[in-house]
Amino acid sequence: MTRYDAPTHWQSRYDHFIGGEYVKPHGGRYFENPTPVTGQTFCEVARGTAEDVEKALDAAHGAADAWGRTPVAERSLILNRIADRMQENLESLAIAETWENGKPVRETLAADIPLAIDHFRYFAGAVRAQEGSLGELDDDTVAYHFHEPLGVVGQIIPWNFPILMAVWKLAPALAAGNAVVLKPAEQTPASIHYLLSLVADLLPPGVVNVVNGFGVEAGKPLASSPRVAKVAFTGETTTGRLIMQYASENIKPVTLELGGKSPNIFFDDVSAASDDFRDKALEGFTMFALNQGEVCTCPSRALIQQGHYSDFLAAAVARTQQVTQGHPLDTDTMIGAQASNDQLEKILSYLDIGRQEGAKVLTGGERADLGGELSGGYYVQPTIFEGDNSMRIFQEEIFGPVVSVTSFADLDDAVKIANDTLYGLGAGVWTRDINTAYRAGRAIQAGRVWTNCYHAYPAHAAFGGYKQSGIGRENHKMMLEHYQQTKNLLVSYSPKKLGFF
Amino acid sequence: MGDPVTLTPAAAGLIRSLRAAHGPIMFHQSGGCCDGSAPMCYPAGEFRTGGSDVLLASLEVDGVPEPVEFWMSTAQWELWKHTRLTVDVVPGRGSGFSLEAPEGVRFLIRSHLAP
Repeated sequence: MTRYDAPTHWQSRYDHFIGGEYVKPHGGRYFENPTPVTGQTFCEVARGTAEDVEKALDAAHGAADAWGRTPVAERSLILNRIADRMQENLESLAIAETWENGKPVRETLAADIPLAIDHFRYFAGAVRAQEGSLGELDDDTVAYHFHEPLGVVGQIIPWNFPILMAVWKLAPALAAGNAVVLKPAEQTPASIHYLLSLVADLLPPGVVNVVNGFGVEAGKPLASSPRVAKVAFTGETTTGRLIMQYASENIKPVTLELGGKSPNIFFDDVSAASDDFRDKALEGFTMFALNQGEVCTCPSRALIQQGHYSDFLAAAVARTQQVTQGHPLDTDTMIGAQASNDQLEKILSYLDIGRQEGAKVLTGGERADLGGELSGGYYVQPTIFEGDNSMRIFQEEIFGPVVSVTSFADLDDAVKIANDTLYGLGAGVWTRDINTAYRAGRAIQAGRVWTNCYHAYPAHAAFGGYKQSGIGRENHKMMLEHYQQTKNLLVSYSPKKLGFF
Repeated sequence: MGDPVTLTPAAAGLIRSLRAAHGPIMFHQSGGCCDGSAPMCYPAGEFRTGGSDVLLASLEVDGVPEPVEFWMSTAQWELWKHTRLTVDVVPGRGSGFSLEAPEGVRFLIRSHLAP
């Protein structure tokens, strides 16, 4: 094991990053940024307002045209250079991200940062290979379709994967030739600046601008601005609706990713043998604790078929009890701190209503006090509830390390329970039978059905929601088109008049 | 049955100060991830409710001249209606576009089973 020291590469204060340089906030105010690891403040960050957003939009508009005309090969090369720079600094980025968010460094080292690096590389490649199209309408008439950048786009980033979620949005937008004004979450405002300190010299000034601050003060002026051609948001339903309302005023498109209540379904045949596959399925169950459950696709409902219910659940409880909780900078730690105090309080409020509704706590169920400097941090025990799908803990996204378990009779019953939710972002299906896997996967109303796996997020696999889970598909080349206009040139090569007039 | 939504004294106090700073305010209960499953507080009318929403309460708060409306999507209330909600306040950070976040606090829902 390795236990990293607390990172020291932070500045004590971060201003806004606008037009390639750091700019003080118009209002002169800053807010404190605590680490969830200990609850102690480690830097302060500019508290942005509408004036700062306007300044960032000025810079972005100044840069957008040249960036959009930059040859694709050159834009792609810049994205690859960003990826290279991140690769060279993977360890320090991972430590920074852990300190910022509270998640275990084994995840940031093996998932967050490597995935972010690969995401830049993927879109660097995808945009090189992207082609327009032409339609030969008749001998003399051709419809050409060109991809054009939207111009300046606004991006509002969540706090659960501060760097990775920013990169999910930045990479396709930049590849497609847009300039960006990005607002990080106020819970995790700093790690993006550490990333910028490594890569800012690679980008022309104004192509990426970061305005920090609170949603109501900085997010709203960005989302409601007539000067952005599109808004991309990851968050929750009410803010998603509000952003759509703002966008409707300006007739601008949005892409939204708004969460889920993902079912993870374990058919009887998983337990047909005590082998590697069953072991993998048990790990798949325990994935609800990944990133402290702060994942939009957290497998927060486990549906276990009746035939192996008791045995599989007992093994799953035992597996969950082996999850090591500890200092997030220790590479042996599997679950770290929740990202903020209010997130901790919300999770505890759900542990309370779960018990009131009669759900049975099979393990966990409490706040965890890890002692020493960690006593001030925000830790929750991995928790398994057993109950019924009508309970609120089965229907609402707790965004914590909490899974609610129930049983099902057969495939139809599993699909019925799985789809009995407002959301449709992710799902998991575990079975040794390919026909069952296919039928369940196609019948579940969710944008992604992990089949005999869970929580893999490779570039080139489309990610997005059905139902109230949002609009659009990230993580795939199709996201390029969410950041592009289609220009049709309808060209006649005939010298002859039509004869109408 | 009891009121579907009530306020703790701390929540009422925060509503008073937000009303003084921002004018009339409203709530819409959010679902989904990140800052979701939490009540969002906006200037009244900032969030446009519609046919897919239900008005759960018009809260009377001492010192606030008008009732404070508390809304939720109808589909979500279908799943919540067997519970009663108490709006509380905790120290915190961040909340979508909710008005209280810059104050370093966050509205929080505490739930109990309807009698």
